[in-house]
Amino acid sequence: MSTAEISTTASRPAPRRSSPRGKTFDPIFEGLCFAAATTLLAALGGVLVSLLIGGWPALSKFGLGFVTNATWDPVKDVYGAAGPIVGTLITAALALLMALPVAGGVAFFLVELCPQVLRRTIGTAVELLAGIPSIVYGMWGLFVFAPYFAAHVETPLMTSAAPGSFAEKLFSGIPNGTGILAASIILAIMILPFMAATLRELLMTVPPQVRESAYGLGATTGEVVMKVTLPYVRRGAIGAVMLGLGRALGETMAVTFIIGNSHAFPKGLFDAGSTIASTIASEFNEASGLQASALIALGLVLFLITFAVLAMARLLLRNQARV
Amino acid sequence: MLKTPLFAMIAAVVAATTIDTVAAAATISGAGATFPAPVYAKWAETYKAQSGAVLNYQAIGSGGGIKQINANTVDFGASDKPLKPDALAAGGLQQFPTVIGGVVPVMNLPGIQAGRIHMTGRLLADIYRGLIKKWNDPIIALYNKGVALPNLPITVVHRSDGSGTTFLFTSYLAMQAPGWAAGPGASDSVNWPVGIGGPKNDGVAALVKQTVGAIGYVEYAYAKQNHMDYALMQNKAGAFVAPNAAAFGAAAAGAKWQSAPGYYLLLLDQPGLKSWPITGATFILMHTKQTNAQTGHDVLAFFDWAYKNSNGAAESLDYVPLPEPVKALVRKSWMKIVGPDGKPVYH
Repeated sequence: MSTAEISTTASRPAPRRSSPRGKTFDPIFEGLCFAAATTLLAALGGVLVSLLIGGWPALSKFGLGFVTNATWDPVKDVYGAAGPIVGTLITAALALLMALPVAGGVAFFLVELCPQVLRRTIGTAVELLAGIPSIVYGMWGLFVFAPYFAAHVETPLMTSAAPGSFAEKLFSGIPNGTGILAASIILAIMILPFMAATLRELLMTVPPQVRESAYGLGATTGEVVMKVTLPYVRRGAIGAVMLGLGRALGETMAVTFIIGNSHAFPKGLFDAGSTIASTIASEFNEASGLQASALIALGLVLFLITFAVLAMARLLLRNQARV
Repeated sequence: MLKTPLFAMIAAVVAATTIDTVAAAATISGAGATFPAPVYAKWAETYKAQSGAVLNYQAIGSGGGIKQINANTVDFGASDKPLKPDALAAGGLQQFPTVIGGVVPVMNLPGIQAGRIHMTGRLLADIYRGLIKKWNDPIIALYNKGVALPNLPITVVHRSDGSGTTFLFTSYLAMQAPGWAAGPGASDSVNWPVGIGGPKNDGVAALVKQTVGAIGYVEYAYAKQNHMDYALMQNKAGAFVAPNAAAFGAAAAGAKWQSAPGYYLLLLDQPGLKSWPITGATFILMHTKQTNAQTGHDVLAFFDWAYKNSNGAAESLDYVPLPEPVKALVRKSWMKIVGPDGKPVYH
């Protein structure tokens, strides 16, 4: 791994500046950079502290029950967020599972197989997809995708499932195009361009010599991809996946439109569910007292989940580095 | 999540500029309910053309409106959910209604036209509790003789966001069915026993339209403009009525505003043969003691103008204006809103 990391800029000797201006400007520049970095840290700390303070009334009242209990009742002021937490994890995982192979395919095609003429066009299209606001995905999901999905995927799957089988349980719910699976598919479409664009950039960093040597040794395209370029960018690829996962975990509006917004545990793929972000977006406007506190505590849970995901990515990278 | 603090800041900035410019041209600021926002915007537009006064209204939701007026960042708050008299006293607030609207059960039953299905509050509560699961249930059939009810599962659709519409709807169900009152209860958002949630009126309407056998509830204006299949509701007098402006007006006219301190009145299940049972007014909240008499005057002048001149504007947007006797009653209560000198700000 480490031998393959050839950096063209670092090997160039840094130009030494002898003018006296450097002495006055360098400390200022350094100071500005330092201030920028510390502001970021302070903002992060501030968010964490304010989430803790805001969520404390709910967290101290419900304790661990806040994350294990699935009753969310604003009238009786009982808040258990297990439903939204499970919904968040399931939809993000399903979205990643669906988006990753496609994103990989798009990136490999663009870098390895695509004719030069098409490369720019498809590349720009991928970047444009990444720029579509999430509310547009949500509305498209509810008004265009859901009716189609209900008629051509959900209903056939439900009717074809044998009574009493596992498939019947998996495909239970209301076949109207909304629910856990529909939300996951919309999420997958949303994170796809991010992951594809990042993976493409990564694959382009593979030096042509490495690839050409592999071809020279008689490797097929498939072998080059699997044994040379993929291992070369593996570390960066984990970063790209985490970026997609991060977006899937925190996506709000698109999910709110299509997931069905039920706080109970989803019983099947077509059942309605909710995610942390959709719950906060739906209820924060009108919430007060303990409900507002519970929603802020939900925000803290999402923060911690995202943090855990990033930590996991770091851990994977460290293990990679040791190999 | 950041929405409320952001809006608080915006409202604060708006309020700050208001204080600076109030002497030059009347600028009043308000925040709150989204339901009456279109009619307030229309009023503000016409009022500005006539008087030059500017109204800044932020449709941030009823809960936000109550928070903002309590924090004193706006000149008036707006809420679909009236504050109880003790809450009004605690906040030093006055409350009065502006326009009336209604909540309408809508359905998606192929082959059955709007207004063919008869509903009672009890039936609705049982459907929303998941006790009645099929459209051809004998209890539904009891009220719908002669209608070919399909053998379809009922899909319950509700709002996913906290809303005044949900508050009215669940308050009505709680009044009609003890099981609902003891179970999910009445609030902006409740722990729904069954069903799926859509964001805002559009979300509920879209889910109902896309799901065969679905039932949902939306604001009247929304049901009308989208030609949705509504149900006839049984009112307190036992009659089945269709949702329309006259039925909401009848509910408002029959209500006992005089004996409601702080106009705390839900207009649900009001007497009268023509009254629509799920009717509600939307409210304005103002501080009883205004720190700036001129601002208080400007706000009340705006609503006085609206009461006098804008029934047409309200009706064109499918809101129902208050009955004239109620307006007269409200005008009298404005005498309680006083400036720093203790004198009424508007008379």
